[in-house]
Amino acid sequence: MANKESDQRIPSSLEKFILHLHPNRIDSRAIKFNRTFGLGGILALLFVILSLTGLTLRFSYIPTVEHAYDSIIGIRDNTILGQFIRNLHHLSAKLMVLVSFLHLIRVYYSQSIFQKRAENWTYGLLLFFLVLASSFTGYLLPWDQLAYWAVTVITQIVEYIPLVGDSLAYLLRGSDTVDGNTLINFYTLHTGIIPLLFVVLMSVHFWLVRKAGGVALPKTEEKEKVDVIPNLLWKEIMVASIVIGGLFIVSVFYEAPLLDQANPLKSPNPSKAPWYFLGAQELLLHLHPFFGAVIIPLSAALFFFGLPYFRYKNVNIGVWFNSSLGKKMSIQSSSISFVFTFILIYILDHFLHFDIWFSGVPSVISTGVIPFLLYTLPLAGYLLFWYKNHKANNTEIIMACTSILLSSYVCMLLISLLLRGEGMQLIF
Amino acid sequence: MKLNRRKFIKRILIVAASIEAVFLLKDGVSKIDTFSSKELFNAGKADSFEKNKLYPFSTGQFFLKRFEDGGFLAMSVKCTHLGCVVNANSKTGGFNCPCHASQFNKFGEVLSAPATRPLDIFPIRIENGEILVDTRKPVKRSSYNKSQLTYA
Repeated sequence: MANKESDQRIPSSLEKFILHLHPNRIDSRAIKFNRTFGLGGILALLFVILSLTGLTLRFSYIPTVEHAYDSIIGIRDNTILGQFIRNLHHLSAKLMVLVSFLHLIRVYYSQSIFQKRAENWTYGLLLFFLVLASSFTGYLLPWDQLAYWAVTVITQIVEYIPLVGDSLAYLLRGSDTVDGNTLINFYTLHTGIIPLLFVVLMSVHFWLVRKAGGVALPKTEEKEKVDVIPNLLWKEIMVASIVIGGLFIVSVFYEAPLLDQANPLKSPNPSKAPWYFLGAQELLLHLHPFFGAVIIPLSAALFFFGLPYFRYKNVNIGVWFNSSLGKKMSIQSSSISFVFTFILIYILDHFLHFDIWFSGVPSVISTGVIPFLLYTLPLAGYLLFWYKNHKANNTEIIMACTSILLSSYVCMLLISLLLRGEGMQLIF
Repeated sequence: MKLNRRKFIKRILIVAASIEAVFLLKDGVSKIDTFSSKELFNAGKADSFEKNKLYPFSTGQFFLKRFEDGGFLAMSVKCTHLGCVVNANSKTGGFNCPCHASQFNKFGEVLSAPATRPLDIFPIRIENGEILVDTRKPVKRSSYNKSQLTYA
């Protein structure tokens, strides 16, 4: 009879609150693992882990140039479980960047960003930006060589923005160079402002998911509804346990990196940006800053924020890749763009020296317009081929554009991360 | 167009926020000024520097170059590409950036990309035969010309 007793137990208010994040009953297709891969839920979990470990680290961390590095050493060597908590924080942050990228891809390719979900796509992108911002501001805090020069490199990129670049970089750093003012800026953003914004935006994000009727699903005649408890809850607990277990195990063996204390007089060779920004740094190696730091980031941002609002002819909400043609095009265009970007970078590095050949013309043309066209023209031709020969709709064409952009960025990131050694030269 | 109370308040708020944003961007947030407290960097007697030689001052973060004709030029060590510290190249007499392979000639001008403008310079004053370098604000330039040199 113990069973009956537990059935009648009234949940506490806290339990009720958590359970109200979900509806009572849910479409059985929505809780199939390969519909969402649980990515959104993993992100929420990571946010909780990061908040808890971050708050714990705050007890020992001192945000001044004199003491920051030593306090990290103190956490590592003289604190019970100090290094473990730091590892956990470091790993969760890395995983969060990766998972939020995957979440973005999942939502996009399952066509879940249109109509009533369009607004939530915007909030999602803002949250993605916050993930990068919190990761980047946290990057500086250990005040080691890695931190110092990565932040120097990125804030210098900001300076390339015309008109407001210098002031914006100054506002970010609180100074002309990365110093104590920058550290206190980043610390405040990292441990105060950004987490607060996260809570607000996450609430809106979740609420809008519920308001849109949950996970986007293809239209169907017959719907089968199942109870959220235990069907969905059980899966959520499983995924959460696996993520927590995995992170704990890895944190025991993997050490969060800590190089020598920051030295503004000596740049390590090579000096790389944080890994998720390496694609942007790679772009700047080949393109004039006006293209690499202004035109391309700006148009990419416009493109992504505009994605739900273009005029589509045949949107199939909830259908992976929209159609079988869309699937074919997405896979092919991302593979082609990956290979093409790789080859183009290799050729640009070894054979094409426009800055020397055309030293007479302004560098905006020789290292800006020319390489830019070298990249865009062949890909535009490729898209035109799909349009002419396969009667691809604009939905599929735009999806192929997105695939090309994402895949090129990933390619540049990997090249910069893995294939560039001293002096940022290719290692082959 | 009708302007009701809500619209009015909304617009006032937008205007106030924009003005604030402009001021933030223009002057930044005022903090401990790490620069104005610094005095001019005294590099020593002007006579003690040989012609056609390069003297690195790592604490002042600049290279002091004395050219053939006796003119002095103080160039920042920060690469104009992404802010790494450049090294002197003893073969060419110029500078190489270890980070992204930018190269500069002895005047600090770009020899090879990705850097797009010459190394920044610091203003030099010579008082009582001593060289005083103003390291508070680097001066940006688009190319080298003779007026940038200071003579003893």
